[in-house]
Amino acid sequence: MATASTEIRVTPAIAAEHGLSTEEYARVQQILGRDPNITELGIFSVMWSEHCSYKSSKVHLKRLPTRGKLVVQGPGENAGVVDIGGGLVAAFKIESHNHPSFVEAFQGAATGVGGILRDIFTMGARPIAVLDSLRFGPIVSGGGVSEAEAARNRRILDGVTRGIGFYGNCFGVPTVGGEVGFEPCYSANPLVNALALGIARKEELFFARARGAGNPVIYVGAKTGRDGIHGASLLASAEFTEESQQKRPNVQVGDPFLEKLLLEACLEAMHTGAVVAIQDMGAAGLTCSTCEMASRGGTGIEIDLARVPQRETGMTPYEIMLSESQERMLLVAERGREAEVLGVFAKWGLDAVVVGEVTEGGLLLVRDRGKVVAEIPAHPLAEEGPVYRRPLAPPAPRSETEADWFRFAPADADLTENLRRLLASPAVASKRWITEQYDTMVRTNTLDGPGAADAAVVRIKGTPRALALSTDGNGRWCRLNPRLGAMHAVAEAARNVACTGARPTAATNCLNFGSPEKPEVMWQFSEVVDGIAEACTAFGAPITGGNVSFYNETLGKSIYPTPVIGMLGILDDASRAVGQAFRAEGDVILLLDGLGEARSAGDAREFSSSEYAKTIGGIAAGEPPAIDLAAEKRLQDCLVALAAAGGIRSAHDLSDGGLAVAVAESCFGASGL
Amino acid sequence: MKFGVVVFPGSNCDHDTFHALGQVLRQPVELLWHQSKDLANCDAVILPGGFAYGDYLRTGAIARFAPVMDSVAKFAKSGGLVLGICNGFQILLEAGLLPGAMIRNAGLRFVCRHVYIRVEQTDTPFTCAARKGQILKVPIAHSDGNYTADTATLDELERNRQVIFRYTTPEGANDAAGNPNGSMRNIAGICNRERNIAGLMPHPERAVESALGSADGLVVFRSMVEALIGAAKATA
Repeated sequence: MATASTEIRVTPAIAAEHGLSTEEYARVQQILGRDPNITELGIFSVMWSEHCSYKSSKVHLKRLPTRGKLVVQGPGENAGVVDIGGGLVAAFKIESHNHPSFVEAFQGAATGVGGILRDIFTMGARPIAVLDSLRFGPIVSGGGVSEAEAARNRRILDGVTRGIGFYGNCFGVPTVGGEVGFEPCYSANPLVNALALGIARKEELFFARARGAGNPVIYVGAKTGRDGIHGASLLASAEFTEESQQKRPNVQVGDPFLEKLLLEACLEAMHTGAVVAIQDMGAAGLTCSTCEMASRGGTGIEIDLARVPQRETGMTPYEIMLSESQERMLLVAERGREAEVLGVFAKWGLDAVVVGEVTEGGLLLVRDRGKVVAEIPAHPLAEEGPVYRRPLAPPAPRSETEADWFRFAPADADLTENLRRLLASPAVASKRWITEQYDTMVRTNTLDGPGAADAAVVRIKGTPRALALSTDGNGRWCRLNPRLGAMHAVAEAARNVACTGARPTAATNCLNFGSPEKPEVMWQFSEVVDGIAEACTAFGAPITGGNVSFYNETLGKSIYPTPVIGMLGILDDASRAVGQAFRAEGDVILLLDGLGEARSAGDAREFSSSEYAKTIGGIAAGEPPAIDLAAEKRLQDCLVALAAAGGIRSAHDLSDGGLAVAVAESCFGASGL
Repeated sequence: MKFGVVVFPGSNCDHDTFHALGQVLRQPVELLWHQSKDLANCDAVILPGGFAYGDYLRTGAIARFAPVMDSVAKFAKSGGLVLGICNGFQILLEAGLLPGAMIRNAGLRFVCRHVYIRVEQTDTPFTCAARKGQILKVPIAHSDGNYTADTATLDELERNRQVIFRYTTPEGANDAAGNPNGSMRNIAGICNRERNIAGLMPHPERAVESALGSADGLVVFRSMVEALIGAAKATA
């Protein structure tokens, strides 16, 4: 397929090979009024892939709350944007790079970070922090996990960690937090979700909307190569089989130095005032950036591929349009001011070439040395792709009895030894061995880096404010009860933020699931969306964007439904930020109870879903704890008020391992306590 | 008095250094573009941390050929104050302005955390505001900070009292426990024989505000300010 040329005649069989169903192919023929050529087929197949079109998730995502008085930009742009006061806005978003990270851990994770950073600076915002939410299979053997499997998981973790560090450290953005979890279901499908946060002046935000017929379309950044062709459609939108390792050529290769140049040059070019619109080339590369900019702007775009800087000779239009080479941007400049824009990129030593222009009429017209190789109405391609209301069905009810539950009998257990085991388990133990490989301090804004507080806290220089960010998700709970588990993910992320004293303000989500073609997976998805919607509404923290990652399965086995919530909070007075370590001998320790009406500690069914039950008893059953969202909201309001009044010196939420682990962790951070 | 901070395309601690000097210490400071040979009449030049040209080859190996480096070398040889921090130190080594080389950290991983360094010499423009033996808490963030040189060079450094910072434990012991990257003789920073060029792997610019965990790095910049004031008085 990679060497396909425009001469290949498209048949329904070739369309099927591209992942288009019979109905989807008929729709392509209908939109074009004819059969597509091979380049056009490639373009449709990536734009209508699950990864780019959200065709299975769209109908559900509509139920998420996306509006709020501080929301400047909700879902649908490169990132969500929130007003943080003082004329500044925060752009933030989380995105997955799961499949590439399994195929090639280092480059998969590195380009995941690169992709989310581009999403942020495309908006005109300078990235100031990255967080990573990671899930791996067990890294310690035993309990049914072989040493070979554990060793492989350690290798993947090592590659992912190095990849994240390689990219972020060189780019110059601090990796300030995140979380790492371990469950057997992630052995053959690790999760790598990267969140980036950036800051811009409100009036200097940029959007990916082409306008002004005759305005030049400029390609900047890395040359286009044959890497990553069909990354979005073949890697991200299909499950893994035994042959998946052969997909390594579909993974892109990252160059953080080039991305750094791109960042500086793009921000500088934006400041000239000559840039009209800008979009990064991420998934589906040149295809996605051209048709989305045109579609959002209600215009057309015409480009000539002969002008596109190319890394290799003999690339076909099909390959150029579908390449996912990294560190590339497409921008629209004001006609007559090209020289200003090109001058900035020349200063930074980057390729920048006028490859086409904005047109009227809404057509994406692609030429190769003048000859038309693709001619597609941009709006139907970008926005009128297939939308599925896939069948939902709850999985067969778990037939659990009390015998399957964990019976906590303190009198018969060596609690001290069990606490030690909990503290030593990879999920609970300090993650310093991972986070020390990341530059957590560059840009000198990190008030609380990894492990210092329940959420990462970064100050905004030149203002009294700081932002707090936390990611959270509990797949084990979501498997047992997707809706309740999702509520907990939102609640814990918000609670982490509130523990620092920041007001939870807005959220981004990364929804990691199995195949949407399975009714029970779609049911989990639907339940999770409802759980997130209910909790976000209760906390007044709307969802401003995110990403859906389906087909997280290998050989037919799905991962746990794993929604990851990234919560952003605003701290009006950065000097009031609260950490998690105890501060002084003699201070009073308070236990704040947010359980409200849902109080049910000691319930064997709920205890069976705890970290303790998993680590000590090898049991993951029962139900997640009940939650009272109104009481949770009061608890968070209370934490924010206490911090603002300077009434507390530290705060730590009770999470995996409960009160015992929380107290231990608060001691670890303090010298001599 | 004016400080200059060189901006290579991949510098990423340039703005942090600029902030430390301009906002925290309230000193005049200017950014110097790598393609310009003009040092803008600066009285001290700082090569900041980062990945000058990507450092995919060897850290600093390309940066030493940057146009600005000709001017930096001339400035240094005429007695001007030049400080290299992290990547800046690596560049000074590659440029031959300081002796020795950097290899991959002993643990073969990037390491970012606060470490402790001891001020070994105070008769330099980079340490004159410090007490001899003072322990500073300053962060490191690098993959290639394992200082290496042959024995003769190391001995000469010691003999000329050119080792100005050594990694130590919080208590001041310069043993293996206090050494985060395997550097020979726990060397964290050195100066040239004439004492006007210095390099160190830790980031003093990241330790200038206690809200960020430490303000111990200030002493390095304060020393430079004092030295420049002293030099100005001497010529006046």
